[in-house]
Amino acid sequence: MAKQSIVPFGPQHPVLPEPVHLDLVLEDEVVVGAVPSIGFVHRGLEKLVETKDFKNYVYIAERVCGICSFGHGMGYCEAIERVMNVEIPPRAKYLRTIWMEMSRVHSHLLWLGLLADALGFESLFMQSWRLREKILDVFDLMTGGRVIFSVNTPGGVLKDVDGDMLRQLLRTVDELQKELRPVADSFLREYTVGSRLHGLGVLGPEQAVELGAVGPMLRASGVRYDARQLGYAAYPELDFEPVVLTEGDSYARCELRLRELTQSFDLIRQAVGKLPEGPIAVPVKGNPDGEYFMRIEQPRGEAVYYVRANGTKFLDRFRLRTPTTSNIPPMLELLHGCQLADVALLILTIDPCISCTER
Amino acid sequence: MEPINEIIPIEMDQFLSTVIQFKMDKMRLVQICASRLPGQYELSYCFARDLDMWTLRLTVDENAPVPSITQMYPCAFLQENETAELFGVKIENIVNDYQNRLYRIDRETPFKEKG
Amino acid sequence: MGKLAKSPWLLHYDGSSCNGCDIEVLACTTPVYDIERFGIINTGDPFQADILLITGGINSQSESVVKQIYSQMPNPKVVVAVGICACTGGIFKTCYNIKGGVDTVIPVDVYVPGCAARPQAIIDGVVQALALLEQKRADYAAQRRGVMQEGGIASGADQ
Repeated sequence: MAKQSIVPFGPQHPVLPEPVHLDLVLEDEVVVGAVPSIGFVHRGLEKLVETKDFKNYVYIAERVCGICSFGHGMGYCEAIERVMNVEIPPRAKYLRTIWMEMSRVHSHLLWLGLLADALGFESLFMQSWRLREKILDVFDLMTGGRVIFSVNTPGGVLKDVDGDMLRQLLRTVDELQKELRPVADSFLREYTVGSRLHGLGVLGPEQAVELGAVGPMLRASGVRYDARQLGYAAYPELDFEPVVLTEGDSYARCELRLRELTQSFDLIRQAVGKLPEGPIAVPVKGNPDGEYFMRIEQPRGEAVYYVRANGTKFLDRFRLRTPTTSNIPPMLELLHGCQLADVALLILTIDPCISCTER
Repeated sequence: MEPINEIIPIEMDQFLSTVIQFKMDKMRLVQICASRLPGQYELSYCFARDLDMWTLRLTVDENAPVPSITQMYPCAFLQENETAELFGVKIENIVNDYQNRLYRIDRETPFKEKG
Repeated sequence: MGKLAKSPWLLHYDGSSCNGCDIEVLACTTPVYDIERFGIINTGDPFQADILLITGGINSQSESVVKQIYSQMPNPKVVVAVGICACTGGIFKTCYNIKGGVDTVIPVDVYVPGCAARPQAIIDGVVQALALLEQKRADYAAQRRGVMQEGGIASGADQ
């Protein structure tokens, strides 16, 4: 047996914008074990629910993470609405769907950029982030925010949109779809990208389910599960099929996210076409009493929002199980037997979101 | 058809055998969470197959030991460590036990008391 | 402007932020905002950095990391706290695991408020930091000259 050595990885690391620490056990260049240690961004946000009004907690919920912020606000509100039996107006449902899909577009473009950066492909990183700015401009126009939007509230949404905004959105989506093509080609056809991604970190379907993988990780391994099919917001009225690939390697995870981008463009177009007129929120009276487990599909995968209320304006418990929490065990499995040089790339292919994980 | 989303209250002596049954039915562990009751903890273990989800609900006394499910579901280790550290639930035999050093916070078991 | 302020290197660390400011810091380095037009390069290495951008408040675990990164940076150095959490603790201030803003651990030179701080505000903060960096460099050089002059008198006596 070769001599084992331990290499610390992180928390401050050029490839990762977020702090996570791993102790990598190496035999020569091969990783034989990885122990994660987290807690660098643990704040204790779930605890704040005991001292904040449940309506004001939305602002905390979406600050769990600045990338998935819209989804967190929406998931929390949907859970509260189910506890209180509030039916939100159809226009609010469609607006939430549009913004959720726009969040997916910006999150996936962000991930593609980071992947390119990890590969050392600097111009591709710049191109992905250039495209991402376009969708952020529309977000800015529609909600007034670039990363934190604060448009959700129990009972609906806080901001309405007009025809100009929707036309701008559709124009941007068309533009993005056109400009994404050469970028997608670079990811999928470029020899240098392919040689790093093909066959790296293969996760089989049984293994993925057993280790609790969610989102693109799960679907790239051939399991057909997308929480959007559960029927929240306006998704039941829209036509879509989960994207499923079977290879289960890093290349499949990259291709899957590129195809989900196209799917999101399509969903945005459908939702804008069907957007009904009417009010954007209903008044929510009284305090919640009861509990509910809400699941929604975030860009990184399924997230669970648990709300437990006691009839006062302060909730007893709010629990958020984020996609990355579920994706860390499969990631550790992938790290076993990989080369040290591929560690950063493998960590990146799960699209880790550490501030979500630690809250 | 609406996907199933139900909570099943369960006793301690049935708990592990039910988890093994779920494992054999190829269910995916969705999440583990604790909430505080007066002098007790309420633990919820969610499992899913396709779109349906079942939640096992276990109510235990404050100092009572709870068996870990990491023998069946190794991926539970992060969430079990978190529950043990933040709430002070006595979870026993966790594979990869961090011994309350997962988040390394200054305050001990912050979720145990209100406020 | 001196040499240093024409091409300062930037180091970014996430104290315990929500990512919102982090991706805005990254957005500054990419097209549209493009902080490189000021000669600024984003680096991952504290030993070669002149400006430290910190996002998010400080918790008990990131405290030692922030201190270590700060001590690894060569003098003169400037710290920019990006976002309201890094300035004061912000919306997370009452959390059990948040100690407060970055200035509870290391000295901060420029505060950039906002939740999340906009790229324009971050760039403005960094440009203000450049002036401070230049000032610090001049002070540092003057101090060094003072030390050398004292040494110079001693060596003059030898002649």
